[in-house]
Formats: sequence, structure tokens, C-alpha cells
Amino acid sequence: MTHTPRIYFDNAATTPLDADVLEAMMPYFTTYFGNPSSIYSYGRETRLAIENARKSVAKNLNAHPAEIFFTSGGTESSNMAINAAIDDLHCTHIITSPIEHHATLHTVEHLQQSGKAAVSYVQLLPNGHINLQHLEELLANSNERTLVSLMHANNEVGNLLDIQAVGNLCKKYNAFFHCDTVQTVGHFPFDLRNTPVHFITGAAHKFHGPKGVGIIYINENIKIKPYINGGSQERNMRAGTENVYGIVGFAKALENAMQRFEEDSHYISELKRYMAERLRQEIEGITFNGDPFGNSLYTVLNVSFPKTEKSEMLLYSLDMHHICVSGGSACTSGTNMGSHVIEAIYKNVDRVAIRFSFSKNNTKDEIDTVVQTLKELV
Amino acid sequence: MLKLPIYLDNNATTPMDPRVLEAMIPYFTEHFGNAASRNHPFGWEAEEAVDYAREQVAKLIGSDPKEIIFTSGATEGDNLAIKGVYEMYASKGNHIITVVTEHKAVLDTCKHIEKLGGEVTYLPVAADGLIDLKQLEAAIKPTTILISVMYANNEVGVIQPVREISTIARKHGVLFFTDATQAAGKIPVDVNKDGIDLLTFSAHKMYGPKGVGALYVRRKNPRVKVTAQMDGGGHERGMRSGTLNVPGIVGFGQACELCRLEMEEESKRISKLRDKLENALLQIEESYVNGNREHRLPHVTNISFKYVEGEGLMMGFNKNIALSSGSACTSASLEPSYVLKALGLGDDLAHSSLRFGLGRFTTEEQIDYTIEQVKNTVLKLREMSPLWEMYKEGIDLNSIEWAAH
Repeated sequence: MTHTPRIYFDNAATTPLDADVLEAMMPYFTTYFGNPSSIYSYGRETRLAIENARKSVAKNLNAHPAEIFFTSGGTESSNMAINAAIDDLHCTHIITSPIEHHATLHTVEHLQQSGKAAVSYVQLLPNGHINLQHLEELLANSNERTLVSLMHANNEVGNLLDIQAVGNLCKKYNAFFHCDTVQTVGHFPFDLRNTPVHFITGAAHKFHGPKGVGIIYINENIKIKPYINGGSQERNMRAGTENVYGIVGFAKALENAMQRFEEDSHYISELKRYMAERLRQEIEGITFNGDPFGNSLYTVLNVSFPKTEKSEMLLYSLDMHHICVSGGSACTSGTNMGSHVIEAIYKNVDRVAIRFSFSKNNTKDEIDTVVQTLKELV
Repeated sequence: MLKLPIYLDNNATTPMDPRVLEAMIPYFTEHFGNAASRNHPFGWEAEEAVDYAREQVAKLIGSDPKEIIFTSGATEGDNLAIKGVYEMYASKGNHIITVVTEHKAVLDTCKHIEKLGGEVTYLPVAADGLIDLKQLEAAIKPTTILISVMYANNEVGVIQPVREISTIARKHGVLFFTDATQAAGKIPVDVNKDGIDLLTFSAHKMYGPKGVGALYVRRKNPRVKVTAQMDGGGHERGMRSGTLNVPGIVGFGQACELCRLEMEEESKRISKLRDKLENALLQIEESYVNGNREHRLPHVTNISFKYVEGEGLMMGFNKNIALSSGSACTSASLEPSYVLKALGLGDDLAHSSLRFGLGRFTTEEQIDYTIEQVKNTVLKLREMSPLWEMYKEGIDLNSIEWAAH
């Protein structure tokens, strides 16, 4: 049997680690293995590695190193931010949207169920963007201390939030702002010193870094307590022996991403544009979900196919052809329940949605193959 | 040639076993999938690898793989177990029993519980570091929902009577959680024989990677549930969300398997080295082992050298031997160890203590070198110490009234 190369168009779920990121991590597995809290040389070496990583991450996001804390990933960071807003910043009202990642939605639901916060969902525009007018109404009518939790780029359709505009609204109404930036850290030029946001989150594995490590940015004017108790790591903000190689890998992956940002973002945007164009030419009746050619992240293209017996089997059929895509978020473990994002934007649509998400490792040739295969399948 | 510095702080963390790293490597760049991706082989490969590791981890502690929840480490596991039980069993009660010598991850979490309105009893320990079982039983109330006692202590290596504790917990219908971070992989731990309901441990203490651990949550007799502390995609049976750290988990599994297969021989070899070290150091006048020597991990000894400052001692051979004078998490502070103080040591003895944590890669040559270095340093420091001089002249130091300063 000949080995058919797989085509991986599921980079919003996770990305392969860059070879030079692994190389940067390697010494910290067996040679520099000390516990960073230890005072002898083994510990000092790894402490230094962590602090250098922090400086590098801060620089690449234009934040202060004291505002960057390492965590186990995006989910922990979002849980930490939202819970801190309630427990430590004394918010009793959360404004969020129905198309957030489950790390936000389920955390918010949990807080609502336990009676700690009231929740309002901001309305969406027909293309899935947040209705900023409605957001302002909600903020204006809220006489409680409020947290706004809205994601920067939607992981399923790629819609980009105007983070400045939302931040300014929050400022105007004295609300706290948590922005889930898991899809954009490493794919977007952040300038946090000039962005009115209190919390952002990132996960290394979304931009060719390792799994199991993330960050939370906490604006320096905010004082919160740790979410995981039990040690003075991360300046008392996150207990637990630091994942040294993970942290080193996070910083290296972000350095790579920002150094190559112009080139990579341009290249990937072109892939997305090309795929959309080819799909339009080759397949009848398709539509694009969200606002793919407007304010949208260049890595994600979400396409709906008319529902037929064949298109319903599309995910499986594509897999048979060694094409890796997804119907929605990878985090919806268990059975395919359909996407809560597509459902929230389009309500009861009788269409089959597929997310194609690209990385710098993909090529136009791969797109040609995928479009050709799709054409044959539907 | 002996390579310096010698690492004798394996309770703080361990170097990764090259065999573990080897198992992990393919999951970084080649099989990089998200284990929750259901529609393509990258996801399946990752999921299969996680399932296999889950079996390896479960086997080490005699549990069912379904009872293993992967975490980012033991600290997260401590938080999830205690906060998760506190939230889940709120209707049953709000009282937790723990011990003063627990790891900070347990103690700080318990303090957090107190702030939330929970009640926590902190049991004392005897001079040998063991808890009093009668005191434990007497502390149980109708509102008690959890007993949290570590399997083995990180500073002195003392092993608590886990089976007796679980018998008491069962008798009163109280859940029993143990932080087995130091014990798992080093001595036989079996959640069923030991009667454990929840157990946390981490990979980096057993020659695996940092940033990954597991919480065991019993599924039957009784069925235990914890409220998730990280909500999201519903990973790990809804108890711990977040994209799985696939390479980390693979490494953890491999580390568990190696420990399981090699534990018997390894602990024999290491305890022999430990005993050699301990016996040699005890020949130094006025030196004492801290904690029970019988119920103790095979690779640990904690020794106080009276009339010597631990910090001075550390500085004496700091460059050549890496070890700690307290828990690594607090060793950057100059406070005496709260564990040693709980054993009844005065500040002087607590300050003059060293924790030796031997490991898989410790050699006899390193131990011989350590014996010589520690002996020489202690003797040298004592030569310069007025306290030692007074002691040798037979002056009772406790009778002296020190000038205030």
C-alpha cells in the first residue's frame, strides 16, 4: 500500500510543533532539569530560563513582564480570569456571547448556577459579529459591577472582534474586560500597552508551540488572587512546579510567530482567499459562515454545504481521503453534537458546516487536492 | 571522573529518564494531533496514546484507567480534589481534616476553603512525624466530608499509616484523599488495598516531564465525584477541561511503567546508598535524623547537625552538591521548615537540617563524595562556632540568657 500524505487543515484545533521550538526545549528535559524554586545552580538555571521566557513573551505582546503569568493552557487561563473577576474583583454580572469557547461559556454557566453572577448574552449581527450597540445598551443598563468576556477571534468561524472598541466601551462603563485570545496570540500583532483589556489568554499549541502550557495576561492595575493555591510560583499567582520546557517552548514559538508574522499571515491569508475562490468556482451552493472576507482571522475558513446524503457524510469521507478537517471545535468531546456557534448565528440551518483552518505548513497544492476531492464527494 | 554538581534533591524534582523522553518525542512534531479531534487520524493517534498512558498510570497505583484524570501536576490535583469535594459534597457537610505537615498545595487550598466558610482541622504530628490515629478518629464530626493526609512527606520522607487512616475514614463514611506525590513510583501504592478514594501525583517527581500529573478519583465503592475547577470542552469525563498535553501524558505513562517495573530493585539499591550516607553522617557528633526511620521512603534522609547553620552548611558545598535545607518550594526563604517545627524541632535544629533525596541516577561514588564534603563542612563550621565551643566546654546553652538584639 502506498502511503498517501495526509492534508492537515485543522490548525485551529492544534498545530504541529516547530522543529526549532523542540530544539529550544530539548536541553530542559534532561540537562537543565532543576526545580526553579531551588536555590542551587540547577534551580537557578531553570529560573533564569523562565524569566527570560517571560520577558520575551511580554516583549512580543508589548506588555510588561510582570503582567505575564504561565499556566497549563488556555482553558485554565480563561477559568482563572473569569473566576477572579467574580471572586476578587467582585463582579456580579457577566456579559458574554453565545459563540464563545466552552472554556468561557461553561465557566460562566457554572458561576450563574452557583448564584455568584447574573449573565447577559450580547446579540449577534447576521454575520456573527458582536452587536456593539447592544453591548453598549447592556453595559449602560447594568448597575452592577460587570465583567465583559468576549473572544478575540472565534475558533469556528474566525470572526474578529474589535478589541479596541469593546475595551473602550468597557472603560466608559467601568467594566472589566476578559478577551479570550487563544486563537490570536501568535497570529496577531498585539500591543497590550495600548489596548484597553484586563485579561487575555494564550495557548502555545495553537501557534506551533507545545501543548500543556499557556499564559494569562493580567493588566498591572488589577489585583487578583491565585486560582490554583499552594506555592509561591509565578509571583504567588499560580502554584505548582513550573513546566520549564513548556514555558521555554511557548516563548520560542511566539518569537517565531512574531518574527515571521508579516510573511506567514500574508501567505496564509492568500491560502484562505484561494480556497474560497476555488470552492466558489467548483462547488455549487456553498456559503461561507461568519465574515471571512471582512473582519476575520486569516487562518479560518468555515464553509457550509447544502445538506444531502453525501454532504452529511463529508467529514468521514474527507477523512477517508486523508484530509483532516473538523465540523466545529475539537473540544466538543464525545459525539458530534453540531456546532453551538453555527447554531447561534444561523439558527436551525439545514446545512453542513466544515471548518478549514490553515497554517504556514499548508500549500495551494493541498487546497487544489481538497477542492477536487470535495467536488467529487458532493 | 565525578561530574559536579551532584544532584541530591530528587524530592524537589528529578531529571527525566532518557527512555521517557524517547517515548515523548514523536508526539511533539509527528503525532501532534489534538486528542479531542474526532474526525481524523491525527486526533485518533493522540487519543490512543493518551489511552495507553492512562493504562500505564492506572497500573502503577492499581486503579482502573477510567479513574485517572490528567492534570497539569500534583498541585492542580490537590486543588481539584479538595475544592472539588468541598463543592460537590456541600450538602453533606463542610468539614475537612488534614495535617500540619502537608504540602503547601494542600495547606493553602485548605486555607482557601476556610475563607469560603469551610471548617478545617489541622492534626498535629508526633516527634517522628506520624499522626495519631485516635486523634484523627476523634476529629471526625457529622459534617466531615474529607480526610486529606499525604502518603509520604516531602521533607522527611515519613510514610503515614494510610491503610489505618482509610479504615477509619470508611468506618465513618468520610472520603479519604492522599497526596502521593512523593510516594507513587517509589514504594508500592495500591488504591484498592490502601482504601484510597482520591489520590494525586505528578510525573516530574518520578523521572517524567514537568507540567503533567494525575488525580485518581474512585468510581465504585463508593463512587466519588468532584466538581470541575476548570470548565470547558468537557475533557477528562467533565472533571478537567483543557486540551490534553499529549507528549507530557505519554511521558508520564512511560515514567509510571518504568517505576512499576524497576521499583523493587531500584528501591533496594537506593536505600542501601541512603543508609550508607545516613550511617556515615550520624557518626558526626550531635547529628540527628528527623522523622521516623522505619516508616520512611527508601531514598530520603533528613539530618540535623546541631550547632551549625543550615545555610552556612549549604554554602559550604553549594557549588558541588545540590540539595535543600527545606522544601524546595520554600527554600528561597530563610524561615525554618514548618514541617520540622511540627516535629518539635527548635529553630536551631530546624535551621541546621539538610534533606538528602537520592534517586535513580545517584551513584555510590557520589554518595562517598557527599559524605566527605558534608563531614568536612560540618567540622569546619563547628570549629568557627562559639556555640560549639561552649557546648564542648560543657556549658548548658539553654541556661544562658542572651542579650536582646
